[in-house]
Amino acid sequence: MALAKDYASVMGRSNEIMKTALGLDYQDFESGSVRFDYETLMKSTGYTLDEVSRIQTLTGVGHTPLWELRNISALSRKYAKPGYGARIFAKDEAANPSGSFKARRAATAVYHAKKLGYKGVIAATSGNYGAAVASQAAMQGLKCIIVQECYDSKGVGQPEIVEKARACEAYGAEVVQLTVGPELFYTFLSLLEDTGYFNASLYSPFGIAGVETLGYEIAMQCRETLGKDPEVVVCTNAGGGMITGTARGLIKAGATETEFIGASIDLTGLHMASDKQFNLKSCTTGHTGFGVPYATDPDHSDVPRSAARPLRYMDRYVYVTQGEVFYITEALANLDGLERGPAGNTALAAAFSLAQEYPEDAVIVISETEYTGAGKHIQPQLDFARSNGIDIHFGDPSEDKPGTNIVLPKDPGLIRYKEADIDRMRASLIRKSVQTHNPNPTAEDIAFLAEETKTDEAFVRSVLEQ
Amino acid sequence: MVKKGEWVRIHNVVLDASGRADRLPEDTKQVPLEMWTKGMLLEDAEIGDEVRVETAVGRIATGKLIEVHPYYTHSYGKFVPELITIDRQLRKIMYGGEK
Repeated sequence: MALAKDYASVMGRSNEIMKTALGLDYQDFESGSVRFDYETLMKSTGYTLDEVSRIQTLTGVGHTPLWELRNISALSRKYAKPGYGARIFAKDEAANPSGSFKARRAATAVYHAKKLGYKGVIAATSGNYGAAVASQAAMQGLKCIIVQECYDSKGVGQPEIVEKARACEAYGAEVVQLTVGPELFYTFLSLLEDTGYFNASLYSPFGIAGVETLGYEIAMQCRETLGKDPEVVVCTNAGGGMITGTARGLIKAGATETEFIGASIDLTGLHMASDKQFNLKSCTTGHTGFGVPYATDPDHSDVPRSAARPLRYMDRYVYVTQGEVFYITEALANLDGLERGPAGNTALAAAFSLAQEYPEDAVIVISETEYTGAGKHIQPQLDFARSNGIDIHFGDPSEDKPGTNIVLPKDPGLIRYKEADIDRMRASLIRKSVQTHNPNPTAEDIAFLAEETKTDEAFVRSVLEQ
Repeated sequence: MVKKGEWVRIHNVVLDASGRADRLPEDTKQVPLEMWTKGMLLEDAEIGDEVRVETAVGRIATGKLIEVHPYYTHSYGKFVPELITIDRQLRKIMYGGEK
């Protein structure tokens, strides 16, 4: 008998569908209380870092260049006190086959899907990950469906997302596009159930293990060329996979002194599930609309327990504005000769400002660049903003109002990150975890929550007592 | 008439406005959840007909036929004068205004 395919029925079978579509039973990692066994989940891939690297090399993924951005570093130094202004390096992840670091996540997931005998893969993504999964599926001979949130109710698509749909189709994938709304998950589950394909989730352990090689390479490249580990790695933060995997890779390489800083575009005030506000944002990723909810509640993703847990690794979290990211994107092309997509440059805008606080011989690495193309480029993104009534002008980025204006810094010295209140996010994660799993956390839970938030048990207890 | 075998785009309403999830912003609750995909038309039809298509993965999908030979129109956008201003400013700061 055919299964009922209405919303409630499909959502009701969510756990079953997920189990079949991932080949993993997340119950195996649960304690029955707040704590779950994160490291066992990560080990469940069955691949060591070396094996992941070998899997990626099979399809030309990884081993991307690390460039010193000499001119952007020199420009930043002009705004620092004497002796300050760190050297900024960029890991040129745009050199991966699908044009972004997401190829690392996709390579591992698709390889695993094939090994387990799945005929195809599905991913719910409006970003670079879609192109990455589609490219890997093409290389490894699997079928691929990408499910995108792409349009508002007037049928107007975000140019950046439309470009990614085009790229997915170029790699032979089917692209299912939807209007705004979290019920995308229902369509996604329904497709998983109908096709029996693998859920190539961004948040599975395969996806995150794929990013560890990025951190490992950064450590090795810095040691080879600079004779030391980087003082700071800045990661653009959205779903949290980049900073989680990169930090894990650096730690596996023994780079225990490196500071990890997450950076997001501040879109505070715009509701991500709002039909009207969907096209008022001018960057569709790397922003707080994903960054904050995924940091404070990583498990609201498309898997029961996300392997991307940014607050486990992040030492600081900083915000920059859309205008600052657009400005630095133009500077990267004009001064350092690298034309790369805007969203991946979120970390660069932050690094440009952070560098001024570190001595001249300090090394700051931004963990990615991404490809640029039609729709996915500052000019179409600014043009799109202007056509949606967004006021674009030169001024002080502190006047930035997401959805109302884009303030391009009238001078690069005005590019100034804003420190986010990471302790507040840590507290929010602790409270949500307890509310969801057990209002009376055990001693083991407290220790787990300290790990989850890179704090200590005293911090966790103080939050719970409030 | 659109011939069987043509590459087309189809449209579906996944959820009517009344069937949308709770806890959505008010503006989103007032509109349906819509879906589009593409495939090869499996029978002759007219625009607006309910049709079946075979998608890129070989899946049979049904929906309203809305477009034949769909193509992309996204671009590098119209001229944004601010970008010239940024370029000139950066060169002036770095190289004193000379090329």
